[in-house]
Amino acid sequence: MRKLALLATIIVATAFAPTGYNVGDKAMDFKLKNIDCKMVSLADFKDAKGFIVVFTCNHCPFAKAYEDRIIGLNTKYASKGYPVIAINPNDPVAVPEDNFETMQSRAKAKNYAFPYLVDATQEITKTYGATKTPHVFVLQKSGNDYIVKYIGAIDDNSDDPSAVKEKYVENAVDALLAGKPVPVTSTKAFGCGIKWKS
Amino acid sequence: MRAYKKAVIASLFLPFLAIQKPVGVVTFEQLQAEASIKQNDTLYVVNFWATWCDPCVHEIPYFQNVYSKLSGKKVKMIFVSLNAVRELPKVQQFADNKSLKSEVLVLNGGNPNNWIDKVDSSWTGSIPATVLYKHGKKLYFHEGELTEESLTSIIQTKNK
Repeated sequence: MRKLALLATIIVATAFAPTGYNVGDKAMDFKLKNIDCKMVSLADFKDAKGFIVVFTCNHCPFAKAYEDRIIGLNTKYASKGYPVIAINPNDPVAVPEDNFETMQSRAKAKNYAFPYLVDATQEITKTYGATKTPHVFVLQKSGNDYIVKYIGAIDDNSDDPSAVKEKYVENAVDALLAGKPVPVTSTKAFGCGIKWKS
Repeated sequence: MRAYKKAVIASLFLPFLAIQKPVGVVTFEQLQAEASIKQNDTLYVVNFWATWCDPCVHEIPYFQNVYSKLSGKKVKMIFVSLNAVRELPKVQQFADNKSLKSEVLVLNGGNPNNWIDKVDSSWTGSIPATVLYKHGKKLYFHEGELTEESLTSIIQTKNK
């Protein structure tokens, strides 16, 4: 009987454990609204070899600190087949600064050359397992599948781009482009916790 | 020599002049020495926060209330700010405005990958996060906000 109770506890614990992708998992495609009000899917990018999916937002100081570096990633890698796909996961009711209009004005002011999508239901964010902004998932296209190759931080220094020693995302994409294994497949970093709908 | 004397005199008066304890900057190793590896019977409540983190700022009064109710007990609360080191004045101003009675430190931790797991391997890196230590052992870790009630009950349960 005690064993049964233990088993039940384990099942319950598993059911409520945070979900999300691990490196090596197949990532799902999505259809989310872009700042130009058009819907965007990974499948739209026929020539892409993969994607740099970045969960980010307007308000978070870490997201702001990384904004230019996110733009830089797209400039460097979109032409090589790894465009940036930015997704704002935050509930605009909880954080008004993360609303659609502010996303539009932010993207316009900084000339985003990549999609900046809204995950209005937060389902994609939960499925991917993003917990904070910015939070990066590097995907590699393999046939019709998108394989998660890297999860984590953009680099090792949010405060000071000039003091960065490890460019985790660049190293991952460079390795994928060279057909080599990704040197560091997951990292941890600080960010603003995602503001979930209540 | 005169400058040295002046500095000594000034430092003697500094504690009386300062309203709040000045916010210090520590490395992760210094923080460990301060709380997590201390072999004594004081309970260390370490809260990771930042001035820009709304949920963190929201829960700080709860921590203050719990701390004031525990006065006289062997409990030490440390607010560890993850603001950038250059934002030290902002953190100091926050501590002054909120009249924080507990110790406030700004962590100069470098690459978070080198120490996040040392706090707790389950920590994804969002704040607030709270850790309890006693006798050099970790008693509790929580990522996310706490209420005054939950913090009180956690301290009561863990601090035996």
